[in-house]
Amino acid sequence: MLVELGHYALILALLLAASQAFFGLVGPALARERWLSSASSAATGQFVFLALATGVLVHAFIEDDFSVRYVAENSNAALPLFYRITALWGAHEGSLLLWVDVLSVWTLAVVARQRFLPPLFGARVIGVLGLISFGFLAFTLCTSDPFVRLTPPVPDGNDLNPVLQDFALAIHPPILYTGYVGFSVSFAFACAAMIEGRRDQLWARWMRPWTVIAWAFLAWGIALGSWWAYYELGWGGFWFWDPVECASFMPWLVGTALIHSLAVTDKRGLFKSWTLLLAVGAFSLSLLGTFLVRSGVLVSVHSFAADPRRGIFILGFLILMIGGALTLYAWRAPRMVSQAGFELISRESFLLFNNLLLVIAAAVVFGGTMAPLIADTLHLGTLSVGPPYFNPSFLVPILPLLALLAVGIHARWRRGGLHDARRRLIGSFAFSLVLGLALTFGVYAHPLPLTPIGAVLGVWIIVSSLVDPIDRLRRRLSVPASIAGMAIAHIGLGLFVIGITFVQSNTLERDIALKPGGSVDLGGYNFRFDGVANIEGPNYEGLRGTVTVTSAGRPVTVLHPEKRHFWVQGSVQTTAAIADGLHRDLLASLGDDVGAGAFSLRFQYRPLIRFVWLGAFIMAMGGVTVVIGRRQRGAGWAGATQRASDTTAASAP
Amino acid sequence: MNRFLLPLGAFALLLVVLIAGLVHAPQKGIIVSPLLGKPAPQFSLPGLLDASTPLQAQSLRGHWTLVNVWGTWCVECRAEHQTLLEIKRQGRVPIYGIDWKDDDTQARAWLAELGNPYERVGADREGRVAIDWGVYGAPESFLVNPSGTVVYKHVGALTPEIWEREFLSRLL
Repeated sequence: MLVELGHYALILALLLAASQAFFGLVGPALARERWLSSASSAATGQFVFLALATGVLVHAFIEDDFSVRYVAENSNAALPLFYRITALWGAHEGSLLLWVDVLSVWTLAVVARQRFLPPLFGARVIGVLGLISFGFLAFTLCTSDPFVRLTPPVPDGNDLNPVLQDFALAIHPPILYTGYVGFSVSFAFACAAMIEGRRDQLWARWMRPWTVIAWAFLAWGIALGSWWAYYELGWGGFWFWDPVECASFMPWLVGTALIHSLAVTDKRGLFKSWTLLLAVGAFSLSLLGTFLVRSGVLVSVHSFAADPRRGIFILGFLILMIGGALTLYAWRAPRMVSQAGFELISRESFLLFNNLLLVIAAAVVFGGTMAPLIADTLHLGTLSVGPPYFNPSFLVPILPLLALLAVGIHARWRRGGLHDARRRLIGSFAFSLVLGLALTFGVYAHPLPLTPIGAVLGVWIIVSSLVDPIDRLRRRLSVPASIAGMAIAHIGLGLFVIGITFVQSNTLERDIALKPGGSVDLGGYNFRFDGVANIEGPNYEGLRGTVTVTSAGRPVTVLHPEKRHFWVQGSVQTTAAIADGLHRDLLASLGDDVGAGAFSLRFQYRPLIRFVWLGAFIMAMGGVTVVIGRRQRGAGWAGATQRASDTTAASAP
Repeated sequence: MNRFLLPLGAFALLLVVLIAGLVHAPQKGIIVSPLLGKPAPQFSLPGLLDASTPLQAQSLRGHWTLVNVWGTWCVECRAEHQTLLEIKRQGRVPIYGIDWKDDDTQARAWLAELGNPYERVGADREGRVAIDWGVYGAPESFLVNPSGTVVYKHVGALTPEIWEREFLSRLL
């Protein structure tokens, strides 16, 4: 009975989404003032019913209600409570529900801050969000209903995919989706601005904080996924250019371009049409990612649903949303172009190059992701594109991007050249050159050709980011949150670059068969295999090895790599043991019993790998710093809106 | 040519690729098996119900067979079971079962409780043979012709409609 109530709640949410879209978009067009607030009420109501529907499904998981097909397929009575809850998004149907839930939370946040926007503009934003929500809810109910009953019910469930029984992966989807779906808010702002054909640039100011938060969450989500792949898949890789990874990485790259372009539009009123296009692009790539992952058009290890009917539905939705937005763009953007100019060497032109290079990088990833599909369509045979394509091609736009960043940080708005920054520029570069080369040749030997370049660029970005804040502090000036946040984000990027450089150049690994007592030396560490023991978990049994690591005779750590056999799904999974450290990770994974008491083992030494995720985390923190700082100063949304309300009448269509 | 129309044009081009990809999707992806049109893999499994009658590649020769991969842990298999019993009742094609990564006692209890549609069942306790067959997830069903060639593969539960449309239509 409860399950049916959840189902009805979901249907009601669909109807409310429809009315939210209708009142939000038609209300302003017909100038019906009462309709505007109806859009917000519908959005709030939609949130309540979605929460109810989700709550019911969570309850079914907690209570082991195996009469619900989705629960039976993704849970099991022996599954720990935490994973029984997170199993909600363990497969296709629940992931979609989560998508809509996240969108609803974002919409509610927009509603809560609506008073800072002109009423017509705010209603349009909420209307566009309602349209997106309607599409996804219709998709869920028509093709992927999580509330379908199973007759007859089964005594016990199929268990959650063992790969997903892990803390980082369990919390990964909500964070990733918060980022993914957050771009729908940027999209809605861009659409509202285009519908109104606004000539001012205030929409960019309003859009900025939402975009930055979405971007930060997407960065965290991607980093978390990479971290999970690293320790869970058990072979030490942290990025595979898998289509699903690319699906989240492409919107992030375009989103990065967008937040930089938004800065120019907000401050200088330039790049307006370009910013609009990026906002549409970031969200389109999020939708496209959903399409690629969900339709089975590209098959990868992550995609758990392949159903052509779903593909057709998403495709129709893509045509409606992206096609609609791009038509709007072709129609309205020409009027919104600005005339202001800037000189060749100015912050504007550096940011323009930033944008171009980021979009090229996204195109490189896009090309690699789509190539197998295109080759298949044109009957060129089956093509598989992997790291040998992605790694070098991605570096082509990214290396100049990093160098331009280190220089461009010193450039000023509008004009000025780099003359007055010459000392800083030369000083920071000389310092970074020495430090980078010292790292490459002194600390870590055996560099690859790109190692010194990566090291110097990484250090240079960090040093350049610090110049302005330190200068301000020395002159006893305050450091505004916008400048602090930008510095933090770029420092994060610098750390990330250094991490990637050395983990790619100086990783050591060794596969070897050892009997208990046998040992091997790697990267200045001695790994000794002490044998295996049987273990039993709540829903699995397995083997647990013991590996003692010493360095120059002193004990460093004891590693316990595991091999788990899950009873219900019958699958085997290896869990690498990792001794983490800021300067290096040591890994041990347990392979097969090769007979005579010996086991195959893999040991790895990975320098500075923590910098990769730490860098990504700090980068995202920089974005959060900017947004929180703006809010505290109160100058952000509220201040801008005071002035905005005066110009609204003039810009109405 | 208006440069503001370019994004729309690029999107239209992309759509063509996506639609083409989607049209092809039913024939590719997980439904395609590298085994299609090739001889069934060589294997030999101990009999689940009778240890003296193993299930081997040779068992599949000389007549059309349906090879069904199942397990007691598999929810969909329970849903599929009635269809398998119906196919047995029709008597046109014998069904050979591969009991995948399962507990023998539970598997026997399952067949005793729900009825046994299988001519023979092999116990693939480790899941090695299922790997040779390229099994993605239970249940999966393969149609094998009299010369031992895999003609069709279906992923997911069989229904009477699928049986009629995809399997019976292929019987010569």
